[in-house]
Amino acid sequence: MLQRFRENKSMQGTFLALPTTLWLFVLLIIPLFLTLVVSFGQRSPDGDVIFSFGLHNYIRLFGYSTDCPGGQTSCFDPLYVNILWRSLTLAFNTTVCVILLAYPLAYFIARAHPKRRNIFLFMVLIPLWTNFVIRVYAWMMLLRKEGAINIVLGWFANLLGLDFTPLEMLYTPGAVLVGMVYEFLPFMILPIYTSLEKIDNSLYEAAADLGANAFKTLLRVTLPLSMPGVVAGTILVFIPVMGTFIVSDILGGRQVILVGNLIQRQFLDARDPTFGSAASLILMVMTLIVTYFYTRKFGFGEEIVAA
Amino acid sequence: MNPFKRSPLVIAATTLVYFFLYAPIVILVLYSFNASRANVKFEGFITSFSDRVQMDGSFVEASPCGPFHWYCDLSKNNDVIEAAGNTLTIAFTATIVATVIGTMAALALQRYDFKIKPFSQLSLYIPIVIPEIVMGIGILTLFSQSFGWLNQALNLTGDSRLALGIGTVTVSHIAFMVPFVTLVVQARLQGFDKSYEEAAMDLGANEWTTFWRVTFPMILPGVLSGALLAFTLSLDDFVITFFTNGPGSTTLPIYVYGLLRRIITPQVNALSTVWIAIVFIAVLLLQWLQSREAKPSH
Repeated sequence: MLQRFRENKSMQGTFLALPTTLWLFVLLIIPLFLTLVVSFGQRSPDGDVIFSFGLHNYIRLFGYSTDCPGGQTSCFDPLYVNILWRSLTLAFNTTVCVILLAYPLAYFIARAHPKRRNIFLFMVLIPLWTNFVIRVYAWMMLLRKEGAINIVLGWFANLLGLDFTPLEMLYTPGAVLVGMVYEFLPFMILPIYTSLEKIDNSLYEAAADLGANAFKTLLRVTLPLSMPGVVAGTILVFIPVMGTFIVSDILGGRQVILVGNLIQRQFLDARDPTFGSAASLILMVMTLIVTYFYTRKFGFGEEIVAA
Repeated sequence: MNPFKRSPLVIAATTLVYFFLYAPIVILVLYSFNASRANVKFEGFITSFSDRVQMDGSFVEASPCGPFHWYCDLSKNNDVIEAAGNTLTIAFTATIVATVIGTMAALALQRYDFKIKPFSQLSLYIPIVIPEIVMGIGILTLFSQSFGWLNQALNLTGDSRLALGIGTVTVSHIAFMVPFVTLVVQARLQGFDKSYEEAAMDLGANEWTTFWRVTFPMILPGVLSGALLAFTLSLDDFVITFFTNGPGSTTLPIYVYGLLRRIITPQVNALSTVWIAIVFIAVLLLQWLQSREAKPSH
């Protein structure tokens, strides 16, 4: 038996990979399957799951409602469709803002003297590794009425001799966008940096020799060669933004409700896991569709691992 | 042409982005020395010298810890200490398991051919392409359904009932940490020069000795940085922990989140500052490991 194991490479490989594969199968794949099963079920009066088969949760999610004004039996209620659309647009806006902020910084680090690159990268890692919840809290302190931003704005207004009423920034969609951008910025900087760092200097020299100006070099050399980094960064930012609920919870108050908040409430407050499961699967399908078309267009880089 | 020449536009943008990254952290640390208990406005640093009356008439006692009043408060807060203990227990246990099985999987995927290989490799990408909340509620459903069923089938009652707790959090953490360990170690194995191992075999070492004396020392920096990455992922995790924790298994992120929805004293800032300091040291350590990895000493 032992002898056979020593000679059989395939058995050894299976043995080595088995714990991880099993672990992921039980804790990632089975739960996804369970979520699917639960999403077809019904909620019992005390918030448990009654296993049955029906598409009612999905129909409800896409706007079918029986709670209608004027005595109708059914009508269109855009509540949940709006939540899905809001999450999608917020994830899109966040990704665009993050790319615009991350690119110059990544470019700066990649073009810095090799000895100094590590220090600049180190400075990106510190905020990244400071706890997610703590970073949201920091923005809560900055954005509120008596917070640091209003204090600084007040000073400027004072200097210019203007009247200043503190701005209401916390609990607005803008606050959620800023919070999301802040949370996920480092996830874009690192992959873009990785792909920019690979660009050989001789390419820049060749572009210059051939008479390209700085703008043309950026457009024709730097940008195309750094696309794998941007693609990897987009995946690392877009997917988590779609599902995050803390940022909107803390910075958006009750004003900004995203799919993440919807799911969380179904599991904890509303106690309807079947509807929460359906919303969760729709969220997963939405992110997979976007990721699929996006990577098919631009390719799937190895930068995702480098980050 | 100087390759490191930079346009002033890039420098200006970079400065702004760094400012954006660090301003919130600076404010957070500053408020941990706030004299105001309500922590809404910054009312100056705490001084240890005398009691004083605040503008709103409230009375502030002289602090025996001086400006570090909130840090002293923190060290006496049993909830924080318990949460910190839970966080570390979970992170250590999960890191050890994830590092061992993740490294094994990396070796298998990089060096062996076997039937389930494509499936094993593919399952590693699940945590990257699926939002964490989807995984979180899926795992919660798995635990609640199977525990309910098992408790009934095995007739478990009272304390022996299966329930959410430190165990469920740890097991779930391992699930999302393993892929990161495996991918990091796999990357390290890809650039591996096999001639060292062949030399060892030629000199008469068997496979076991070759692995422990040649292969393992060479991939060790990769294993360590994978472990450190996994450890920080566990410390940092909110979503998975949120759905899998039970009574008595509150971790620090969950504890802080709970506070944010209620009353916030500068204690939270003190806690955050301590956390940032620890992260700072951890990142330094990782950078040092990686710089050693970049120039291995043979």
